[in-house]
Amino acid sequence: MADEVVLLDFWPSLFGMRLRIALAEKGIKHEYKEEDLKNKSPLLLKSNPVHKKIPVLIHNGKPVSESLIALQYIDETWNDNAPLLPSDPYLRSQARFWAEFVDKKVADFGRKVCMTKGEEQEAAKNGLLDCIELLEGELGEKPYFGGETLGFVDVTLVPSYGWLSVYEKFGNFSIEAEHPVFIAWGKRCMQKKSVSKSLPDQQKLYDFVVQFMEKA
Amino acid sequence: MADEVILLDGYVSSFGMRVRVALAEKGIRYEYREEDLRNKSQLLLKMNPIHKKIPVLIHNGKPVCESLIIVQYIDEVWKDKAPLLPSDPYQRAQARFWADFIDKKLYDASRKIWTTKGEEQEAAKKEFIEVLKVLEGELGDKPYFMGERFGFLDIALITFYSWFHAFETLGNFSIEAECPKLISWAKRCLQKESVSKSLADQKKVYEFVVEMKKSLGV
Repeated sequence: MADEVVLLDFWPSLFGMRLRIALAEKGIKHEYKEEDLKNKSPLLLKSNPVHKKIPVLIHNGKPVSESLIALQYIDETWNDNAPLLPSDPYLRSQARFWAEFVDKKVADFGRKVCMTKGEEQEAAKNGLLDCIELLEGELGEKPYFGGETLGFVDVTLVPSYGWLSVYEKFGNFSIEAEHPVFIAWGKRCMQKKSVSKSLPDQQKLYDFVVQFMEKA
Repeated sequence: MADEVILLDGYVSSFGMRVRVALAEKGIRYEYREEDLRNKSQLLLKMNPIHKKIPVLIHNGKPVCESLIIVQYIDEVWKDKAPLLPSDPYQRAQARFWADFIDKKLYDASRKIWTTKGEEQEAAKKEFIEVLKVLEGELGDKPYFMGERFGFLDIALITFYSWFHAFETLGNFSIEAECPKLISWAKRCLQKESVSKSLADQKKVYEFVVEMKKSLGV
């Protein structure tokens, strides 16, 4: 019996992009459903009643919410190819630690760089640069955070790379200048079809934020 | 070769208690080291340079940080006894979802109960009870959150129980009156030695909170 996989998502969401990449990496056929966040579908409200947020992965009718939890679910369920988490428990704990770090800090700083001004924006810019520096340290000489192949941390972080030029425009600063290692890693990830097909065009993302802020 | 396991912790920390419960469930011998959070040890700063927080589990010299990540690590390494996470991926996703919900909502709501007054405190109490009621709904009529067996999600929540007495006293309300099923569940968990021996004494937690209030000036 074929699996029925549905992804409830919203095209600019960097959280949703993580799941798009994972599903592509694993070659999982799925139905993509775009949500209008100002008019959430009954399916979304029923599938994620607690947070009412995207992304939600619905597998054979059963919903999984929260991007990092859904990534682990995908990895454990479709476990015969493209593993995202390593098999060693210590390395798994490190991957989970860094993914959580990215989830808690990077997305939030990025959002503040776009949405705030003055001192708050400066603090967010510095925060983002600090995070990238720490992540560069963790990456070290490896091609990916997962080692030789794309892993859990790569999939969690690369959507933020996909937003980078938007942050740079809003924040009027260059991340590339200070962090060539991070940029090289991002470009390496983008060479993979699963990544390049899952990340929207950066100009579209920029226009989306401009529009969003005009309406606010 | 014997495993060397060290836990850097703080007696009243609900996050630290989660790790103590997990270690006790698995019967793992370890060295407990109490940290003075106003004067963090060199070891703590070296083992958790990013967040500088407890708990930190150090296994054969290698550190693992963040309580829920540590509990999963313990479950995966010492996998022959007392499994904490279910084996089915969907059940695991649900357990992780609710543990994440607890981390996102309960700590902040509860902190405002003892750091605020008046209307702000009333709002905090309301929010706190709402979160507990959602969790009570998820528990339903099951003995434990994932069914018949005590596990990951029970561990994630039960450790906050040692703070309930402090919240009730400082907030002047009864959690049992609002969430009787949850309190029954908590008492059921406390019958397990791994839990009763790992949770901080609620009077000591209360004294700690009173001291914190003084030093924060709230």
